[in-house]
Amino acid sequence: MQRLLQLPVNAVNMVKTVQSQVQGQEEAKSPVLTPDSAQQTWYNALQPDELRHLRSSPGTGGSGGGGGDQEERATLEEGGGGGGGSFQTQPLRHDDLKEMLDSNKDSLKLEAMKRIVAMIARGKNASDLFPAVVKNVACKNIEVKKLVYVYLVRYAEEQQDLALLSISTFQRGLKVQLISISAFFVKVSTVLKVKKQSYRFIFSHNKTSSFDFSLDPEQKDQLIEVIEKLLADKTTLVAGSVVMAFEEVCPERIDLIHKNYRKLCNLLIDVEEWGQVVIINMLTRYARTQFLNPNINVSRVQNWVYSETDSSFLFPCMRLFKSHSIALWFLSELFRAVSLPIEQSHDAALIYTAIRKILICCLTHVHVSCFSEVQYVVLQNVATMTIKRRGMFEPYLKSFYIRSTDPTQIKILKLEVLTNLANETNISTILREFQTYIKSMDKDFVAATIQAIGRCATNIGEVRDTCLNGLVQLLSNRDELVVAESVVVIKKLLQMQPEKHSDIIKHMAKLTDNIQVPMARASILWLIGEYCEHVPKIAPDVLRKMAKSFTNEEDIVKLQIINLAAKLYLTNSKQTKLLTQYVLNLAKYDQNYDIRDRARFIRQLIVPTEKSGALSKYAKKLFLALKPAPVLESPFKDRDHFQLGSLSHLLNAKAGGYQELPDWPEAAPDPSVRNVEVPEWTKCSSREKRKEKKVEKPFYSDSEGESGATESADSESDSASGSESGSEDSRSGSESDESKEASESEEEEEEDLKTRKKKEKPLKKPVQESERYIVLINSSQQREGEAGFLCTNDPQFRMNSCRSAETTIAPSSALKSYELLHRITGEGLSVEYCFSRQPFIPDANMVAVQVHFTNNSTSDTKSLHMEDVKLQSGMRVKEFPEIELLPAGETATAVMGIDFCDSTQTANFQLCTHTRKFFVSIQPPVGELMRPFFMTENEFKKEQGQLMGMNEITEKLTLDVKCRNEHAIVQKVTTAANLSRVPCGSDKECRFAGRTVTSSSLVLVTVATKDQGAAQLTVNCEKMVIGTMLVKDILLALTQ
Amino acid sequence: MIDSLFLINHSGDIFLEKHWKSVISRSVCDYFFEAKEKAVDPENVAPVLQTPHHYLISIYRDKIFFLSAIQTEVPPLFVIEFLHRVGDTFLDYFGECSETVIKDNVVIVYELLEEMLDNGFPLATESNVLKEMIKPPNILRSVVNTLTGGSNVGNTLPTGQLSNVPWRRAGVKYTNNEAYFDVIEEIDAILDKSGTTVFAEIQGVIEACVRLTGMPDLTLSFMNPRLLDDVSFHPCVRFKRWESERVLSFIPPDGNFTLMSYQVSSQNLVAIPVYVKQNISFLEAGSCGRLDITIGPKQTMGKTVEGLMVTVHMPKAVLTVNLTATQGTHTYDLATKVLVWDIGKLNPQKLPNLRGSLSMQPGAPKPEEYPSLNIDLKIQQLAISGLKVSRLDMYGEKYKPFKGVKYLTKAGKFQVRT
Repeated sequence: MQRLLQLPVNAVNMVKTVQSQVQGQEEAKSPVLTPDSAQQTWYNALQPDELRHLRSSPGTGGSGGGGGDQEERATLEEGGGGGGGSFQTQPLRHDDLKEMLDSNKDSLKLEAMKRIVAMIARGKNASDLFPAVVKNVACKNIEVKKLVYVYLVRYAEEQQDLALLSISTFQRGLKVQLISISAFFVKVSTVLKVKKQSYRFIFSHNKTSSFDFSLDPEQKDQLIEVIEKLLADKTTLVAGSVVMAFEEVCPERIDLIHKNYRKLCNLLIDVEEWGQVVIINMLTRYARTQFLNPNINVSRVQNWVYSETDSSFLFPCMRLFKSHSIALWFLSELFRAVSLPIEQSHDAALIYTAIRKILICCLTHVHVSCFSEVQYVVLQNVATMTIKRRGMFEPYLKSFYIRSTDPTQIKILKLEVLTNLANETNISTILREFQTYIKSMDKDFVAATIQAIGRCATNIGEVRDTCLNGLVQLLSNRDELVVAESVVVIKKLLQMQPEKHSDIIKHMAKLTDNIQVPMARASILWLIGEYCEHVPKIAPDVLRKMAKSFTNEEDIVKLQIINLAAKLYLTNSKQTKLLTQYVLNLAKYDQNYDIRDRARFIRQLIVPTEKSGALSKYAKKLFLALKPAPVLESPFKDRDHFQLGSLSHLLNAKAGGYQELPDWPEAAPDPSVRNVEVPEWTKCSSREKRKEKKVEKPFYSDSEGESGATESADSESDSASGSESGSEDSRSGSESDESKEASESEEEEEEDLKTRKKKEKPLKKPVQESERYIVLINSSQQREGEAGFLCTNDPQFRMNSCRSAETTIAPSSALKSYELLHRITGEGLSVEYCFSRQPFIPDANMVAVQVHFTNNSTSDTKSLHMEDVKLQSGMRVKEFPEIELLPAGETATAVMGIDFCDSTQTANFQLCTHTRKFFVSIQPPVGELMRPFFMTENEFKKEQGQLMGMNEITEKLTLDVKCRNEHAIVQKVTTAANLSRVPCGSDKECRFAGRTVTSSSLVLVTVATKDQGAAQLTVNCEKMVIGTMLVKDILLALTQ
Repeated sequence: MIDSLFLINHSGDIFLEKHWKSVISRSVCDYFFEAKEKAVDPENVAPVLQTPHHYLISIYRDKIFFLSAIQTEVPPLFVIEFLHRVGDTFLDYFGECSETVIKDNVVIVYELLEEMLDNGFPLATESNVLKEMIKPPNILRSVVNTLTGGSNVGNTLPTGQLSNVPWRRAGVKYTNNEAYFDVIEEIDAILDKSGTTVFAEIQGVIEACVRLTGMPDLTLSFMNPRLLDDVSFHPCVRFKRWESERVLSFIPPDGNFTLMSYQVSSQNLVAIPVYVKQNISFLEAGSCGRLDITIGPKQTMGKTVEGLMVTVHMPKAVLTVNLTATQGTHTYDLATKVLVWDIGKLNPQKLPNLRGSLSMQPGAPKPEEYPSLNIDLKIQQLAISGLKVSRLDMYGEKYKPFKGVKYLTKAGKFQVRT
């Protein structure tokens, strides 16, 4: 913070200088412009048009489009001319905007900004307007302001020096009460590389988050510190953003997660969907480094799924209606994690349900989703999954049936899935389905179907003949593409068992007359060459025909002709010798060097000459070697080493920034690191504990009774014997309707303390009732209600507070007076006010302000009253009763109440006498915005424990020489803030507690003293602004 | 995450660009244009493209390509989901999502994008929250704004964003408190030539329109909840309650939203409301073919079938059609070769029939493929799965709301193969 504060001074200076420069330029420019009549007229001519723009609302279509066209034209001119002309139009047009920006009217400025933003949106360069726009940073109009920021964010990077000038305004902006705007300020200033500041601010107020974290390393440590703090925060709002920041800044610091792991698991369900993705990703990675591979033994899996991940881990997918697809991503990872043979493990019911949920997610997206993009991505993942786990998707086979209206890419993916799913039992249905597909109009799809049939045939021996027959029938298809594709597939199939199918080869040989697709021709020729002994009569004839048309063939066909010739020469040289010679001669003079080379090579190899070497002896072996049949594989086969759902998986290539999931560790790292310290005081009574548990849980959490399980289960997981855990899941595996009771008892069991269990039993009923009550209260009051509820409705609590009230020291009564109206400005009337620290009886939410009037003048003052109260929104004032007469030299006192809404905003009003009106304002020090609250040490600790993370602010300080004893500290603190002392066992610590007046948020202050005046000040407060300001005030009080 | 967003119209002009982290030149879209050229049909452009420095993830909706440029690994669904959310928001704000509307409201669009994505990471995407920060345009407000210099930007922090019910605005007030629920079911089915069901499934959604004051807590229960096995909910629904009691308990968002969606997939439960008798043949010799389609009611549960429509994508070789319909009108688009027969209400006494001849391109070979028929229909006041809402209770508020439930069955992807 301090470093920040240094900035504005420089910045302000810079702003001043530059602004003056800019103004200077402007002044210099305008006289130059005026005499230039030609340009001026152009400008005038344009003006009516511009005015039309102004009048038209942003909602009307025509003029907007017209404006666009006009600008379009201007830029075209610019691009085309590039000479003098363009130089004239460009600055002029922008001059017009500049003029609008410089005007006094907000509406003109707004219009100008709107047009500039429109320019940016269309990708036009508006950077030369930078100085003119930056000037408007301080504009009062919020919309102009926002648009200026939009502009700045866009161009700040390019014009850093200039952008820095606007920093001071942003600094001021941070104090603005409009939080949405101030968040924006921070956003902009981070872009301006002034980061570092007030992350605190942001995270607390608006979840505006994730910044440009490309920081220098020295700042990283500080950032990590902030992140660590934020990770400890318990609100769902922060979780997503923080984990995001964690992933960007320090993903390697996995140690920061330990303590928060279980909390994050529990929060997950309440975090918004985008945050969930990030958290899940992080947790997956964490699980991979911290837990043993669940595949190793089944009971581990249970433990893992049950205890660590917890069922709340699985539920987001069900809850997230809109982003099923996102949950898919995570669940598919879980799928990977538990990809043990499910069929074998009889007690993996839960895993099965989990995976069923994945399936449902996938399936819903496969055919509900009207968005083909989502289908596309989901199907890609399904395709990968089906390779390994066919059994799981089999029951859903029909979901992947193809409709004629699907886009081609979806059709092909579905086909892929269907092919992967094919097995002996369902192949007949699948093939029947394929038959309909072959009739489709979409030729690419038909080709893919034929390939798919080929793959089914290779994988499933039983249907090979049927498939082959079907494919042969397709050879008579009228569409050449279909035939060609069939030929290619048949070739592959025949290679598996050629001896049976010489008639097919013959049939195909006949096709060479008709078929023109090079790939198909090449395939036929290869087949004939390869199996020429099966068709001894036809082969030479085919070669003859081919030799005739050799020159007209494609390269790929020519190569196969040469091959065919060579093979025939070796087997049947009598008939084909001359033909081969002819073909080789033709090839010798071919244009393609590859063919020439091949011809030369083959000639040397097969035609015996004197010179030919040893190789020709082996020619037959070379050419007629037994060739292994091709294996038809899914293109998705090797994809599963990428994380499912990732971009890399989709592209089957490692994308930038892709992190390989670490392998499971060999030995489990110490599980106790995740144990969150449960301070002793919470164990005081089981009832209290239970209550607290319920209260701290987020309102919408569904995972009742889970936190208990997670807390203890980890330590248990290593020790639990197989039989015990087995009995456990048989209970919860039944997916209880009576889950409440069941989980309740389960929880207790896991607590493993039988004595306590007995005690708890009788208490159960009332507890449940009160739980229900809490739910009701919560639903009506939301979260703010929680704290208040604790103190008002729990009788035990109330009793405690009464008891402690007796023991606490009352705040000191030294009240500080502030001047409201000076004697001179008040023409003899002087007014002072002080905060009496008494409860304001008419309204408990108001701060009592005691006002002393002194009439120093010689005449009486009459009818002293308040008028024209100007307040920030939400604030209220209870005026003091009118003082009818204040005689000269007399004093009077009145009390008024102000509800400051827990902020240090000023209350402005007019103080009226019978003759005059004075404008006065009251601004409260932050310490006066609270009232003492009595609590015991245990309560204090408990509350403090709940206000960790962002709600805690710690400062180190050196105490002033005068206040190094306890009494002095208490004195100083209670003077600075209206707090009450909390009794404390240690004499090194002083504790204070209070509640803010309006919202009753707790304010807890701890001053821990150390040697030689060193001390540490900790403030815990739900309202972070209050906390920050309070720290400042108390710090000041203690050090001076 | 997402670095830049480009909106591209049908003809390939980039009409809006927005950058979050740093500016990525629009030339990156050239790779996309290349793929688009190749794909012919805009639906067939691959959603994810790899270029030397960036990854392009795009969606196509409402004749606009939403193209995002990405530099690092990110789950593609995450981006697709977000892009659709952007589209939804535009739809929500401007009533439609088209190029002209986006161009007209470019400033609001820019402000929206600024709020929705922060440094490439999605931030405020709930429409309620957004509407509190940036007010949607309407004519009255724009007139008032021009006169008074007011603004579209809200100056308070949206309250919903900080609460645990981010989907609901605080302080909602209505004079008429009403809650309407529409149970809409779509039949997805594939029938084969002989009329037997190859595949059938019901996709249901419950669309809600809730205008209630304050913070009502609603409970919706069904007569036969066991029917539903695969369900997914709006985030407001308490899942645990559903699991244990099979009731929907929730604090509703304000206005229109989709409460839940479900599917009923066991085939014997899915009733097929109509049967289709069809005969399409192309003669081997002459350049003509015949077409004869008759539609009749099958399992309609005593309700009338309305809005019946048959769409046939004819083979390319079919030049013109010469058909007569006993009911309704038929049109044949020569360019796209789509035959549409709009029947309207199905009269069980007099079954609608369409017959006649198709004239083919002379000399063209007989088409191998037979076109499949896509059927569209509507049945009011019926949820074909038999789902029924039994009651709706409200807690947390004192007034009596007006409650209404409507059922509707539609044909989804209902296809008859020939």
